[in-house]
Amino acid sequence: MSDSIVTAAMQQLIGREVDEGVSEVTTTGCRLFARAVGHTDQIFFDEATAHARGYRGLVAPPGYLGTPVNHRGPGAMVNIPTSVAELPIPYKRILSGETSYEYFEPVVAGDVVTSRSMIARFEERLGSIGPMLITYHETAYTRQDGTMVAKMYGNVIHY
Amino acid sequence: MATNGQQVTFDDVHVGDEIPMLRKACSTQQLVMWAGASGDFYQIHYDPDFARVTGLDGIIVHGELKHAFLGQLLHDWIAPGGFVRRFGCQYRGMDYPNQEILCRGVVTRMYEENGQGLVDLDVWTENAGGKKTTPGSATVVLPRR
Repeated sequence: MSDSIVTAAMQQLIGREVDEGVSEVTTTGCRLFARAVGHTDQIFFDEATAHARGYRGLVAPPGYLGTPVNHRGPGAMVNIPTSVAELPIPYKRILSGETSYEYFEPVVAGDVVTSRSMIARFEERLGSIGPMLITYHETAYTRQDGTMVAKMYGNVIHY
Repeated sequence: MATNGQQVTFDDVHVGDEIPMLRKACSTQQLVMWAGASGDFYQIHYDPDFARVTGLDGIIVHGELKHAFLGQLLHDWIAPGGFVRRFGCQYRGMDYPNQEILCRGVVTRMYEENGQGLVDLDVWTENAGGKKTTPGSATVVLPRR
């Protein structure tokens, strides 16, 4: 493998909170997401059903947090944390490698969720598709009352 | 809600059980719906020419959509009274529009924590050829009988 493409500046990002975002969980957003996946449970579509089942509001389907629709800037078009998208990586192509969520509380429409992301580590590999850089990232999601509702772990592959 | 409409309880489940399968096959329309809902507008998911220039055979299904399918697989099994504590997957293989995607899960471990019944599972999507394109794992909370 050639020399490392992980620069000193990139190394310094590891473990630091680099993105903070706020997203409003909306009824329309939850319904759009649920419809796109093909969910049939009415707790994702009908507030009265969600309330009757004990939820505070229309329920955000699994995986709802963390998609780029929640980004606040005009340029967020692909599912990569801003901190990763802005890295000076020489490889042209990008794939998402892994997504995992841990949930502590149900997330419902009306919640305002603050996300804090960081880069956990870099890994360089020579794969069948050539040299690649795997960037592992983590995001913690906190509700308006301070409760941490979820964490997301993922990685992005540049190659 | 299990396929029979009844709540699955911790006491009903055994290690090695397979949970009810969820069958998907994404139309290009569904990919566009997902792009809009998720905000992922990477062109490899809707523009065949763009996809081919990047070396793909054609447009591919979003990995995060398959991840969300696994979320539905788990939700449909544990609703109304369970809770999806954790779920995730790796994106190991491409899936293409209008091809069958089977979402499956098998119970690997059962245990109690703080009085709650927890169930670990292997979950995955597989293509028509039986290849696991998004292998992953999950933990759910199930109510007691």
